[in-house]
Amino acid sequence: MTRPAFRMLPEVTADSAAFWTGGADGELRIHRCHACSRWFHPPAPACFRCRSRDVAPEAVSGRATLASYTLNHHPWFGEAFPVPYVVGLVELAEEPDTRLTTQIVDCDPADVRIGMDVEVDFEHHDDVWVPVFRPTSTGGQAS
Amino acid sequence: MSFVDDKVVITGIGQSDVGRKLGRGGVDLALDAALEAIAHAGLDPADIDGVASYPGPVVAEGGFVGATTHDVRDALGLRTTWALSGVETPGQAGTLMDAASAIATGRATHVLCFRSVFESTAQAQGRAAALTGKQMRAGGHAEFRMPFGAASPANWIALYAMRYMHEFGLTREQLGQIPLNGRRNAARNPKAIYRDPMTMDDYLSARLISYPFRLYDCDVPCDGATAIILSRRDAAAESGRAPIAIEAAGSGLYERHTWDQRVDLTTMAAHDSAHHMWEQTSLTPADVDFAELYDGFSYLCLQWIEALGFCKHGEAGPFLEETARYALDGELPINTHGGQLSAGRLHGYGFLHEACLQLWGEAGERQIPKDVEIAAVGIGGGPEAGCLLLRRDG
Ligand SMILES: [Zn+2]
Repeated sequence: MTRPAFRMLPEVTADSAAFWTGGADGELRIHRCHACSRWFHPPAPACFRCRSRDVAPEAVSGRATLASYTLNHHPWFGEAFPVPYVVGLVELAEEPDTRLTTQIVDCDPADVRIGMDVEVDFEHHDDVWVPVFRPTSTGGQAS
Repeated sequence: MSFVDDKVVITGIGQSDVGRKLGRGGVDLALDAALEAIAHAGLDPADIDGVASYPGPVVAEGGFVGATTHDVRDALGLRTTWALSGVETPGQAGTLMDAASAIATGRATHVLCFRSVFESTAQAQGRAAALTGKQMRAGGHAEFRMPFGAASPANWIALYAMRYMHEFGLTREQLGQIPLNGRRNAARNPKAIYRDPMTMDDYLSARLISYPFRLYDCDVPCDGATAIILSRRDAAAESGRAPIAIEAAGSGLYERHTWDQRVDLTTMAAHDSAHHMWEQTSLTPADVDFAELYDGFSYLCLQWIEALGFCKHGEAGPFLEETARYALDGELPINTHGGQLSAGRLHGYGFLHEACLQLWGEAGERQIPKDVEIAAVGIGGGPEAGCLLLRRDG
């Protein structure tokens, strides 16, 4: 699959700045609670589990497992974002309950499987680094 | 004990023309529905002292907000003591539940609740926002989805459906029974958008949207408005019609408001609101005579079937294979007007209208043949859900 020429970019907020710019340093930055040590996403100024306000973005490994995916065929963005493409839902290796909706890139859609191992890759557009995921370079597939 | 101590009843319903590219404004449609509902309840517009709607004046793509409560108050010169619209509600019927609370606490006597859309006409007029505007940025809940091409609820809900298929073996053919059932019922609904018969082959060969969803898994944008009148029970006018009580109303939301962080990906907020609804009543799923279940996407109807307890979690696939069971003459008819998949995206209120129509025996050619007294209505999808258990009194 080719990468799109166009992505609708996010409106970066104080809470999400680290998530959208960590890629400049090759890091996927996810909010973590310092009271209960759990991760959560999307970023917010409190931990929804223990309600601590002591939260901050922190780098994760960028490794994840594909929890679900869909092969999108409808050209929502016209020709600028070519179809078909795979929208994925990935669970972070550090915290499976923490998921990112993302795009699965650099592989044949026919090879995408729930349970497969994926890793982050960053696409730089303007002031943001969009974290997309691709099959891990070791190619591990769980199912 | 019933919802709001059984002090509030549904006394009238109304609906405008429903169709594609009607070329009419959303307020115009809302007034058709409102005036029909007011007359149906045996009331005069001067009797209406409360107004409720969804979603209110939010910024949205073309035709999503047909009319606000202010629009309808102004157009009909209503003198109200209570009014409310909102989008941060448990499903599109959330402010209708609040209207019942307002009546029960003495803030209003007769509340006009409505939903109006003109999405088909707006699309034809090119009002739908172009997603490729280079200056546009994705904010709010779209921030973490748009950049990845996950532009539509079709994508977000397909992710849930794929996970469910993976865990429970749901097949495309089983899921397809939901739109097929709707289409069979829509053939008897003169207002439905799609009324021609549809076969499983038609369904499986339709244009792919976002796998597993094809065209007929996605509801159809339309123009139309629906209105429901809630009245204080002891103030209901003589309409010759038994009042419909709200036996229970589920507004529970127990997890975060996100499309992708729910702990169990094979459930939705529908499960929370259904749990909350059943807590309020001694009735059980076995007491329900028929169900009108939100099907903005086919999979959402499957979620409501499980959430409301009509089958066990994970067993909706086999349930759906027994098509006679939920057909118009079955033991639990579902989406008797065709659902939003065939009758048009009236955005939740169409299901409430249909439930009342059936309970009052006014559904014409598509009237459920058995006597019906209890209806379950589930509205919403993903993190947005609310449900009602309706009971005809007499
Ligand atoms: Zn915490």
